[in-house]
Formats: sequence, structure tokens, C-alpha cells
Amino acid sequence: MIGVGNAYRRDDAAGLVAARRLAAAAGDRVELREESGEGAALLDAWAGAGLVILIDAMDSGGRAGTVRRAEAKAGPLPAALSRCSTHAFGVAEAVELGRALGRLPERLVVFGIEGGDFTAGVGLSPAVERAVTRVVRRALAEIRPEIAGAEVPAR
Amino acid sequence: MRARTRTIKVGALARVEGEGALYVRVKGDQVQEVRLDIYEPPRFFEAFLRGRRFTEAPDLTARICGICPVAYQMSACAAMEDACGVQVDDRIRALRRLLYCGEWMASHTLHIYMLHAPDFLGYDGVIPMARDHAPVVERGLQLKKVGNALMALVGGREVHPVNPRVGGFYRAPARREFAEVEERLRWARDAALETVRWVAGFPFPDFTQDYEFVSLRQAGEYPIDRGRIVSDRGLDIGVREYGEHFAEEQVPHSNALHARLRARGAYLVGPLARYSLNSDALSPLARDAAREAGLGPVCRNPFRSIVVRAVEVLYACDEALRLIGEYERPEPPAVEVPPRAGVGHGCTEAPRGLLYHRYAIGGDGDIAEAAIIPPTSQNQAQIEADLRRFVQASLALPDRELTWRCEQAIRNYDPCISCATHFLTLDIERA
Repeated sequence: MIGVGNAYRRDDAAGLVAARRLAAAAGDRVELREESGEGAALLDAWAGAGLVILIDAMDSGGRAGTVRRAEAKAGPLPAALSRCSTHAFGVAEAVELGRALGRLPERLVVFGIEGGDFTAGVGLSPAVERAVTRVVRRALAEIRPEIAGAEVPAR
Repeated sequence: MRARTRTIKVGALARVEGEGALYVRVKGDQVQEVRLDIYEPPRFFEAFLRGRRFTEAPDLTARICGICPVAYQMSACAAMEDACGVQVDDRIRALRRLLYCGEWMASHTLHIYMLHAPDFLGYDGVIPMARDHAPVVERGLQLKKVGNALMALVGGREVHPVNPRVGGFYRAPARREFAEVEERLRWARDAALETVRWVAGFPFPDFTQDYEFVSLRQAGEYPIDRGRIVSDRGLDIGVREYGEHFAEEQVPHSNALHARLRARGAYLVGPLARYSLNSDALSPLARDAAREAGLGPVCRNPFRSIVVRAVEVLYACDEALRLIGEYERPEPPAVEVPPRAGVGHGCTEAPRGLLYHRYAIGGDGDIAEAAIIPPTSQNQAQIEADLRRFVQASLALPDRELTWRCEQAIRNYDPCISCATHFLTLDIERA
């Protein structure tokens, strides 16, 4: 489980929160990593893993709480899931560089959660909070069909 | 018959840090105007530092840049210690230099492999380059990681290190904690040598510029963390005299301030300047590699800056291993710095060049004023002058090719636009 984000920019923490809850629900069969989104670190974070679920906030102009899912093996991440930054090499670039270097995991599933409020502060907006719950349920269903009905922790 | 106007515009420069654009206007066979437009929003650090405590300067200014935070921390510490009349001991100084080596490694390696090398090999970026040259790109990623590991060990964190403080560090590692990174640095030193050899073989345009080079100089060592400010045209001043010799100025087309030597105008800071003024102070290994790579004692071709950066990565690995070998744990990890009213100046060599900080603080330790002059600001005037000459010499090229070459030329300077706008679209108009 890789949660990507910034815990001090409200909805930018969505990926971190979702990944933590997912890891808590899934137990000790999964490893949780929390990343800022810097590309080279991501290549290392997912090295050697069979299945990676990566969750990040999106800022693509859509309605807050919208969820998108993509599989890295299928092709480049859709534009909505690409991090646009001239200051860092981010998730989408890490996926493409991993593809070019043969350093993608067996399966890499990326969930994006559209954020609404990226101002400084701690705490998710309500639509994003609800989206986190949905993503955690969907991701649990992906990784362990037999525990798809497991209790999703509230915190 | 009216002379033809050509306009070349690059709206958003790629593979530079931050947001900038380039505009060139040519009439007939004369370049009329060259502008490096920095539209990255201004960030007003100098303003919001006022009223903060002097001890906060390293942490706040580190946020100016995600690639070179250590440089800001080191220049800030130097300036505050100067204001308060305190000098750190040699053990603390050595540990700061070691941290800085990690940053040089990480920053230069990122630039060499991911931002600049693709230009020389004909790729749009590192990803297409990685498809054809996977082992080489892997080497670059691993080399950068070793730099980051060194920063994490000494600085407490890879990005915006938390360990440096005015007076030294919050905690100094014990000698045995260096064992793992020392092992990785030995591999990194070999990888850095291979990097020099790799870039030395790139095709370089035959373009030289008659720069005034400006850097620090410190007897017996390649300049990183301290020294006097010197140039190859007679400048030799203490850091406190910076303001008497250099002026910062606002230009309409840029959110980044330009700087110039009051006496002579544009100048160049950064790897080419450091190398040309101090190549004799490199370690023997780095000096030999430089010579083998075809660099003389001075280098005036900005396209070869990639080779100079590679030599500096090699030097940083070599120097880091030397510092670890001679390491004595500073105890205590920091000296006391009681605040005192006054003005302090600090200058260190960020990966991109001279980084100057000046602070006025009150007797209570609150910052009254701040001035921060990053290397990319200092280079802006020279970058524009170089481009002007470069375009003038390349007018026979069609626009598309000329545009691409201009972008490549800008990447020679490894501009850090975030830094330059703390307080690339290429437009070539041919008429």
C-alpha cells in the first residue's frame, strides 16, 4: 500500500489516510509505505512487490470526492492522475520510468481521489472523507476477495 | 525590401526546475532582443522572514527549494552566526561540509541524467532515453540515492533536513552510523567516474563565452561551505563586502531579480565558475578525471558544464569519503549562539553557485530584514547574454531546430527557477 500526499494540505492527505486504513484492515499481509510523491523514491517503494495499490489525491478540476482507478500495465496514467509539477518528478513519471526500466511491480493499481480543499491545514473535507471510505472498500475487494466484507476502521 | 522578422517562443521551458519562458526577436540577421521570462510567482520569503526568530531562518529558507535546501540552511546559519559573532568549531564545520557533499551529489546527478543528458543524445526526456539506455539511467538513479542517503543520515531527512541549526546540529551521528553509507559511497565514487567518462563523449557545440567567473575560494580546499568571494578579473572580497560590489535589480519581464557586478555587469556563478577558479583544489582523482575528460584548468564552454558537474559529483563522493574517514563526532553537536543586534552575511556554494544571505537582527533575536540572492538570479543576465550570442551564431538554423537548441542552452545553467523567484517558453520573433 503506498499512500502519496502531504498531511498538512488538507485533501492532499487523502492518499495517506486511505492507505493507512487499507493497511489496517488488511492486516500484516500488506506493507504500508507513505510517500511524498517524489518519483525516484516511488520506484524504490514498490520494488519487488507483487501487487501495489497506490492512492493519491488529484487536482484535475473534477468534483471533490470523484474517484478514478487505473492499472499501470495497461498504459500511461490518464491525465487526471498525472501530477503536474515542474519541481518534481512525480507519480505518472515514476510509472513511465519504471516501465522503461522494467521496474514496475507485477500489478500496480492507482486510485486517485479528487480533492476540493488543498489549503494549509489538517483534515479532509466531507466529500473526500466519503471517497476515502469508498476507495478503501474497493481496494480491499481487489486485494483479498475473501475479506472484502471486513470492517473498515473509522480512523 | 523589409528584413524578415523571426520570433521564437518557448512558452514553458521543459526540464528546468520551476516555470520560465524564453523570447527571442531577430530582425534580418541581427538578434534584437533575448529575454528569459520568469513567471513563476514571486514568493516573498524576504518579507515574511521579518519578525521571525533568527533561529528559524535555516528551516524557513530551506523551503525556498526542494532540490537545494541544504544550501539555504548553510548560508542562513553562516549569516546568523556572523551576526552574532560566533564561529563553529572544525568538527561541526566538517559535518556541515559532509551534508553539503550529499546535496551536490543528489542535485547534480538529477540534472545530469534526467534533465540534461537527453539533450545531447537526442531524446525528449529521460523516459525515452531510459528505454534505450536502461543501465545508464539506473546508475544515475542509484547515484542520486546515495547522495540522498548521506543527506538523510547527516541532515535527518532527505528533503528539507531537520538536523541543521544555527550553531551546528541538533544531533551528530556516531562514527559507526556511517558504515553503510560509506560502503555505498565507494560504489558511488566508481559510478561517478563512469558518469564523467560517459558525458565526456557527448557532442559539444564549439561555443565559448568570455565570462567573468565568480565563486568562493578557500585555501587548500575546493569551495563549498566558506571562503572569500573571488573572480578571474580581480575581485577578491570578504563575504561582508558583497553588497558593495554586487547589485540586485528588478527587470520588467521577470519575477526573478537580476544581479550584476557594479563595476562590470553580468557575471557567472556555478560549476563552470567554481571549476575555472579552483580546479587545482580538486582531489587528485577528480583532477585526473577532469583532464581525461578533455577539460583544461579553465572551461568557458557552457555546453561542457555537464562534464564539470560530473567532475563535481566525483569530487563530492571523494570528499565525503575523506570526511567520513577523518570524522570526529562534534560534542556538543552545536555551539551556543546568543543573539545580538547587528547585520550578518553568509555565502556558500549551492550546487548552482554562490548563494548569499544577509540578515539584520535585533538584540532580542528577531529578524528585522532579510536579503537572499540565489545563484540563478545572479546568472540571469549572463544567461540572456549567452543566448543572444548563441542565437546570433546560429541564425541559419530553421526555427524548430533553433528553438530546441536554445532550450538545451538554457539547461546548461541548470536554472532553479523556484529559487530565483523566491521574493520555458522560447519566443523567437524573426522580423
